[in-house]
Parts: sequence; C-alpha cells; structure tokens
Amino acid sequence: MKLDFEKPITKIEEKIEELRKMSEESGMDLSKEIEIFEHQSHEYKKELYENLKPSQKLQIARHPNRPNFLDYINLITTDFVEMHGDREGTDDRAIIGGVAKIGDKPVMIVGTVKGKSTKENLVYNFGMPQPEGYRKALRLFEHANRFGLPIVTLIDTPGAYPGIKAEEHGQGIAIAVNLKEMAKLDVPIVAIITGEGCSGGALGLAVANKVLVLEHAYYTVISPEGCASILWRDAAKASEAAEALKITGPDLLKYNIIDGIVKEPLGGAHYDYEAMGEELKKEILNALDEYKDMSAQQLKDDRYSKFRRMGVFNS
Amino acid sequence: MTLKDWFETRKEEQIAARPIDPKIDDNIGKLWVKCFNCNAQLPRKELEHHMMVCPQCGYHFRINARTRIAQLFDEGTFEEYFSNISPADPLEFFDTESYTERQQKAKEKTNLNDAVITGIGKVEGEEIACAIMDFEYMGGSMGSVVGEKVTRIIEEALAKKLPVVTITASGGARMQESALSLMQMAKTSCAVAKLNEAKLLYINILTDPTYGGVTASFGTIGDIIIAEQGARIGFAGRRVIEQTIRQKLPADFQTAEYLMKHGQLDMITKRSELKSTLAKILRLHKH
Repeated sequence: MKLDFEKPITKIEEKIEELRKMSEESGMDLSKEIEIFEHQSHEYKKELYENLKPSQKLQIARHPNRPNFLDYINLITTDFVEMHGDREGTDDRAIIGGVAKIGDKPVMIVGTVKGKSTKENLVYNFGMPQPEGYRKALRLFEHANRFGLPIVTLIDTPGAYPGIKAEEHGQGIAIAVNLKEMAKLDVPIVAIITGEGCSGGALGLAVANKVLVLEHAYYTVISPEGCASILWRDAAKASEAAEALKITGPDLLKYNIIDGIVKEPLGGAHYDYEAMGEELKKEILNALDEYKDMSAQQLKDDRYSKFRRMGVFNS
Repeated sequence: MTLKDWFETRKEEQIAARPIDPKIDDNIGKLWVKCFNCNAQLPRKELEHHMMVCPQCGYHFRINARTRIAQLFDEGTFEEYFSNISPADPLEFFDTESYTERQQKAKEKTNLNDAVITGIGKVEGEEIACAIMDFEYMGGSMGSVVGEKVTRIIEEALAKKLPVVTITASGGARMQESALSLMQMAKTSCAVAKLNEAKLLYINILTDPTYGGVTASFGTIGDIIIAEQGARIGFAGRRVIEQTIRQKLPADFQTAEYLMKHGQLDMITKRSELKSTLAKILRLHKH
C-alpha cells in the first residue's frame, strides 16, 4: 500500500518500468536513460523521506505493513521462548514476551503487538494492552531481574485500552506500578519505540536506561487526534496537533526525551524487513554493551538521573 | 436492608449519578450557593462552615488547594516549599490560544504558579511532606512544574525521613508540554520507588476528579489509597471510553464507590473525617 505523498515516486517508478519494457521489446539500449531515472528516483526519495512532516511520519508509523513485534522477534532474536500470563487469570495478547538470544546475549524481550489484519487485531486488540498486560510484563521484568537478564522492550501502541473492564481492573494503577517497579530493577533496560508510542500505555514499558525511537516512529503524551479533539475541539485538526506536539525523533532528541534514533530503510521499515532487523539488532547490542560493566546500583542511578533531569521550567 | 440503609444507599447513588463537571468557581463571589446535587440554596458562610459539603445531601463541592490546606493542616503549621518554580513554554505550543496566555490566565484566576502546592506541615501533630493539586489551574494538569515539585517534595521527605501524602485533582498530563509531561509520570514514579526502598509511608488521597497521567503515575502507587467521597477517578475519560466501546456507561462508572467495589481503593472518606483518618493512619505506622 502506497501512501498519498508517495504517489510521485510511483509515477517515476512506472516510467522506469515502461522504459525497461520498451528496451526489452525493441532491443534498444536504454540503460543510460534508465540509470538516470533511477538515480533521480533515489534522490527524490531521499529528499522526500528526510523531510517528512509529522503527519506524514505518523502514516508511516501506522502503516499496516510495518513490521510488528512478532516480526522483530523473528528478525533479531533466536531461541525465543514465550512466557504467558499474569498468573492472575489472564494472558493479555497485546503484550507478548519471553526469553531469547540477541546475537549471543540471552535477554528478556517484551513488546506490544499490533495485528496486520482484522482477524489478528481481534487477537492482539490493536496493540492496546489491558491492565493484565502490564502486570504480565512486570512479572517478566521481575523474572529477568532474578536471573540477571537484560530487558529489551519494543513498543508500538496507540495507548492502553480505554474500556470498562480496564478501568475496573485498574488500568492507571497497573501502568503506575510498572513505572515505579521498573525504577527498582537491577538489570539494564533498553526500550525502543518501533511505531506508535502513545501516552502512558507506551511509557508503562519504557522506564529504561536507554530509550530509542525508530526514524519514523513517534512518542507523545496523547494521540494527535485526541489532542486535536480536546484543544481544537475538532479531531480533523490532527495534523496541526501532530506539528504542535513535537512527536518525531529529532524533536524528542532536542528535549532529551530519547537517547537516539534508529535509522530505517529508505521509505520506512516496511520496505525492507531484513535491513531494519539488522540495524535494530546492531543498535540493541551496542546499547547492551554500554551497560555490561555497570553494577546494579549504577544501573538504577543511571535510570533515576536520566528521568530526574526531564522537564523544562523556570525557577 | 433496613429502611434507613435503603435511604442511605439511594442518597449515595444519587450523588454518584450527578453530572461530572460542576465547577466551584461558578459560585465564586455569591452569597448563596446552589448545590449541584440537590439544588438546595445554601448560604455561603454555612457551606464554608461545613467544609464545602452540602449539609442537606452530603454533596462534596470541589475545593482548591489553599482551602484544602486550611482544612487539613494544623493551623499555622504548613510551610510551602518550591513555590518559586514556574512553567516555561519549551514547545512554544499554540492551539487556539498560546500556552503562555493560558498560563497567564490560570495564574490570574488561581494566584498560583502552577497546578500543585508542595510543602511540609502537621496533621494532628503528625509531620508530613505533602503535594496538593489544584484543579482550577489548567484542570490540574501535570507538566514539568507539577512533576518537578512532586519529585522535590519526595526528595525532601527522603532527606528528612517523613511520610508523604499527595492530594490529587487532575485531568491528567498537560498536553501543551507533550512528551515532557509524559516523562513527569516516570520522574515522579521513580522518586516514589525511592520512598519504597527507604520504607517511608506514602499515602494517596484522590479527590474529584483524578484522571489520566496522574492516575497512571504518582497518584495511585501509594501504600494506602484513600478517595474522598464522591470523587471520580479513572485512567481514560468517560467520553473516550464511550466512543471506543460504543455503548453507554453505567451512571456510577469511575466513582470512588465503583472503584472501591472493584478493589482499587483502601477506603472512601468523607471530607469531615479526612483529617482524623489520615492522622490515625500516620500514627499507626509510627513505631
């Protein structure tokens, strides 16, 4: 599926395809012309994707073909052993996790899962966890803590689920407890926002020593649509809200919300799963390497001082 | 159920079913105040004498932070901390109005620098560090200032080995500071983790309304959670939930009573009993 703003590229690519066909059919050598067009196409793409507006990045972050957590498990880990359930009656499928190896390092990997079809989304609830999901995640974090496994979380969620049961079972409390308990863990934590990083639902897995976002992912206090409907009283103003909220990688870096941006293949992760996986794996291993000699106390202090510094005010 | 119990329950249900957003300032400056629940016309003096609780139906009016402090702390014992911290506008946020204008208006309305007052004071002689939120300042929303002040008062308590009490009234995180607001949830919760490790008592008092980012961070990770009678408490707002699930919600949804039934609170306390309840809990943890 091509996005609206990608249509000019499609046109150039069609032209190239036409030239190829023509050259094949007529036997004429058009390789020079094709090369020029391909070069132009590449330059144009670079120009386009490096200067996307927040509302356009939002579309890439939400692209239905974007790799999801299950893809990343296949792409970056080996020997994944899934661990199910919160031990209190529920196995929330919106959050999945288990032990696995990244490179030769055993880790605990936990993430939110968005489905790629309606059928899948019924299972994964569009990546919107219930309180039970956060409690399951915490169970896995504590397991990792006990056995000295570094924690890697991959986050792609439109937010924690807003529903009746979710409120009755303490959605807010479940997230809050995770924030507090993640602060106490003795092992390194690396969190990566891979698509949507919306609100407390994302933060509930992101109190980490290192927080990275993928190039076209976003991280925000509220979805641009939600913000527009409250502040502008008009959900259609979502693209203005997306600008105002400063949700993309470079802005998040500027305000020290994140520690780095993971480069995506040209056009976005969905154009090249393998390359995306390679890059992400490299970044995770680099991050884990930074923490390998730190003591439990150093890791906790590092996490505390990182979040302690956040905020801008006058005094 | 006795007839008296039935009347009590019915009264509570009526209070629970009231509309959600009555504002105390609708009544500011008036000598007579109309009760939002039972419509009784009440002389302001009498209402104030009853701690802004309707003497006829028990409806708890929303109160601001300064009134709360006056009601809760032993006279003259509350010392305010960190009052000089004021909001900036790092994102130069502009929706239909600029964030700086909104700050200015809120300041004029409340005479506060932001949506929380922090300090140390005594409750029936028991010394506590306390953060009291004010819903009148931009809906009690949490941005960098609220996060910083809450964190600082917790750190002050850690240094002085004091119990910490929060009294929340908030619509959630402040959108105008975007991810910076979101990070205040992490910052304050990490500070609470230190209270746990130091084994210092941490009590949350939830008042009407407590929502969103405050519910999902420092506001609900207390060792003991108390809700004031009639408070509405939730993570997502009622409208968002209705739009998501496309069905009507029960009238008492997200009331303190409703949350209590679902095991999310330790207790519900009337405003008139809040001080003595808090003092009792503080004394029981001192040994």
